[in-house]
Amino acid sequence: MSALFDKIAQNKKNQVILFIAYVVLTGLGLFLLPDSTIAFLLLLFSILVLYYLNFNLRAKWVTGIAILAVLVPLIASHSDSYQTYMEVGTLVGIYCAMALGLNIVVGFAGLLDLGFIAFFAVGAYTYAIFASGQASKFMPFGHYPLPGDTFWIFIFVGALVAALFGILLGIPVLRVRGDYLAIVTLGFGEIIRILLNNMDHPLNITNGSMGIASITPPKFFGISIGNASQFYYIALGIFLVVIYVVRKLENSKLGRSWKAVRDNEIAAQAMGIPLVKTKLAAFAIGASFSGMMGAVFAAKQMFVDATSFTYLESTMVLVMVILGGMGSVPGVILGAAVVIILRTQVLTNISDWLSQMSTNYGIPIPPALSPEKMQLLIFGLLLIIFALYRTQGLIPHKNRKVDVELLKKESAAAALEREKSTSGGADS
Amino acid sequence: MLAQIIQNLPQVLIDGLTLGVVYAVVAIGYTMVYGILELINFAHGDVFMTGAFIGATVLFLMLGMGFLAAMPALIVFLIVIVVAGIATGLLGVGIERVAYRPLRRKNAPKLIALITSIGISFVLEDAVRFIAELKTGNYIVTAPSMFNHRFNLNLHHIMPFFDNATFQGSFLLVLAVTIVMLVSLDLFVNKTKWGMAMRAVAQDRDTASLMTINVNRVISVTFFIGSALGGATGVLFMIQYGTIDPYIGFILGIKAFTAAVLGGIGNIRGAMFGGVMLGLLEMFAAANLSIITHGAMGAEYKDVFAFIILILVLIFKPEGLFGKAVVEKV
Repeated sequence: MSALFDKIAQNKKNQVILFIAYVVLTGLGLFLLPDSTIAFLLLLFSILVLYYLNFNLRAKWVTGIAILAVLVPLIASHSDSYQTYMEVGTLVGIYCAMALGLNIVVGFAGLLDLGFIAFFAVGAYTYAIFASGQASKFMPFGHYPLPGDTFWIFIFVGALVAALFGILLGIPVLRVRGDYLAIVTLGFGEIIRILLNNMDHPLNITNGSMGIASITPPKFFGISIGNASQFYYIALGIFLVVIYVVRKLENSKLGRSWKAVRDNEIAAQAMGIPLVKTKLAAFAIGASFSGMMGAVFAAKQMFVDATSFTYLESTMVLVMVILGGMGSVPGVILGAAVVIILRTQVLTNISDWLSQMSTNYGIPIPPALSPEKMQLLIFGLLLIIFALYRTQGLIPHKNRKVDVELLKKESAAAALEREKSTSGGADS
Repeated sequence: MLAQIIQNLPQVLIDGLTLGVVYAVVAIGYTMVYGILELINFAHGDVFMTGAFIGATVLFLMLGMGFLAAMPALIVFLIVIVVAGIATGLLGVGIERVAYRPLRRKNAPKLIALITSIGISFVLEDAVRFIAELKTGNYIVTAPSMFNHRFNLNLHHIMPFFDNATFQGSFLLVLAVTIVMLVSLDLFVNKTKWGMAMRAVAQDRDTASLMTINVNRVISVTFFIGSALGGATGVLFMIQYGTIDPYIGFILGIKAFTAAVLGGIGNIRGAMFGGVMLGLLEMFAAANLSIITHGAMGAEYKDVFAFIILILVLIFKPEGLFGKAVVEKV
C-alpha cells in the first residue's frame, strides 16, 4: 500500500494533478461555505504543500506567487469576512518579514536579540510622526501631515532609521558576549519602549502614552489605500523582496561569515573575518526589515502607541524563529505564519466557541480559561518543547550542498591557468 | 537644587534600602545559578513572583481559619515565609529537572537553555495568572495588611537640613529577615561541606565530579536554595508593597540580574552589595530625576536608569565591581 502511495507520489504528473485538486477543493470550500476559516487556512497551507513537491524552483515560485497574489484574494473577496482574511494575510506578511530579519541576527549570526521589536517600533513611529499632525508639534519647518504619496519613501526611511538604531545598539553591545547580549538587547528594547511612552515632555515627539492617531493612509497614484485587502499587496510585495534578499545573502560571503561567527567566533576571527563589521551588518540588515514593516504596520493600523511594542512581542518573534527552525528561511516563514494564525484566528475562534458553549448549554467555563488569555502559556510551552525535543524546528536548516567534484575540477583548472601564466611570464 | 536633594535623602535611603535588600536576595539566585551553570535563569524572577503568590495564598488560608487573630502576627509571618520558601525551592528543583538537565545531558548550546528558561518564565506567569483569576476573579491580588504601623523619624528636629522620614513596621521586618538570610547563606557557602562542594562545582565541574562530588545533586541544592530565597523574598515584597500581580517578576528579575552583574556575576557577596546599591540608585533617581532635569524627566525614567547602568557596567567592566576578569581560552 505504502509502496503504491510512494509510486503515485513520486510521479510528477500525479503530483501536479493532486496539487491542483487540493487547491481547487480548498478554493471551492472558501468560495461556497459561508464561514470558512478552515478552508482559508487550508488554502494557505497549499503553499507548504508546494514547498515539498519536487517541481523545479521557478515553477514553484510562479505557482506560489500566483496562489498568494491572485487566487487567494480573488476567492476570498466573495466571502463576507474578506477584510478579516486579508487582515490575517497582511499580518502574516508583516511578521514573516520581521521573523526573517530576526533570523539573520539569531539564526545566521547567533546573536540572541530579545529586544527586536524596538526596531519595528522605530519604523512605525518614523512614519506615524511625519504622516500625522504630530511632527508639527516639534518641527519648526514643513507642513504636516505629509501626503500619503510619501509612504513609499518612508518604507525606505523606516528601514534606514531602524538600521541606524541597529548599529547604535550594535556598537556598544559587540563587546558583550553570549548571554549578556540577550540581557542588554532586552534592556535596549525596554528603554526604547519607555522612551516612546514618555517623550511627550519637555518636547512632544511621540505624544507619550496617548499614542499617535489619525495617520495618513498611503496613496498609490492617487488611490488612497485604506483596506486590509490593499495593504495585503504591500505586505506581500515587501515580503517577497525580503525573501529574495535573504536568500541572496544567505549564500553570499557575508552570509557565510555570519554562520562562521555563529559556529565559532574565535576560529572565525582567526580566518580573517572582521567580527565587528559582520555582526554590525547582521544587526543593521535584520533591523531594517523590521523597520520597513513597522512603517507598513503604522499605516495599516492608523494608530500607534507603545503598548504594541512590549517584551512579549519581541519574544513572540523569537518564538516564530525557534518554532520554524533557526537559520532556515522556509522554516521561519512557516513559524511566523503558524504563530500569527494561532494568535489571530485559532485562539480567538476557540474562545468564541467556548463562550458560546457556556451560554448555550450552560456548561460553566470560567473566563480565565479562555484560550485567548492563555497565549503566554501556549507559547511558553511551545518554546520549551521545541528547545528540548526539536531544537532544529519544524523545517530544519539545510546547508547548501557543494558539488565537491566540480569544485575540484574548477580549482585544478584555475591552478593550471595560474601555472601557465607564471611560467609564460618567466619565459619571456 | 542640592538642598532639595539633601532634604529628601533620609526617605530615599529608607526606600532604597528596602528595595535594595529585595534585589540583593533575588540577585543571589541569579548569581548562584550563573556561577555553576553559566546560564541566565530567566525564570528566577517568576519564581520570586510565585513565592509572593504562594505566600498570599497561605496567608489568606490562615486568615480564613482565624489563625491571624489567635496568634501573634510574627509567628504567622514566619509560617508563611517558611512554607513559601520550601514550595518555591521545590519548584526551582523541578524547573532544573525539567528544563535544564536534559539540555545539559545533550550538551546543547547555551542559547537553547536560555530559550527554555524564557519559556518556563512564560508558563509560570500564565499559570499563576490563571489560578489567581480562577480563585479571585482578578489576577491583581491585594494582600492582607500586616505590620503597617508607621514610624516617624523626626530628623528635621535634630538636623534641620533633612526632612522627616517615615517608614512602616514591615521595613524593619524586611531588613531583619533579609540580613538573616544573607548572613546564613554566606556562612553556608563558606563554612559547610555542601558550600564547599558548590564552590568546587562552580570552579570546574569535571574536576569536581572526579573528587566524588555528585554534580547533579549539588546543582539541585543550588537551585533549591536560590529559589527558596527568591520565593521568601517574594513574601517580603508582598508584605512590604501590598499588591502583587503575575508580572512583577519580570522587571524585578531583570533588575536583580543587573545587580548581580554590578557586583560581578558568580560572586555572592558582590550580588548582595550590587542589589543594595542598585536599590539606592534607583530610589535616588526616582526621587531626584525631575529635580535635576527641571521636570524634563520624571520618575518614570527610573527603569531606563537601571538599564543604562546595566549596559554601562557590561560594556566597561563586564566582570563587575568585585568579579575577576576571565580570559576566554580556545
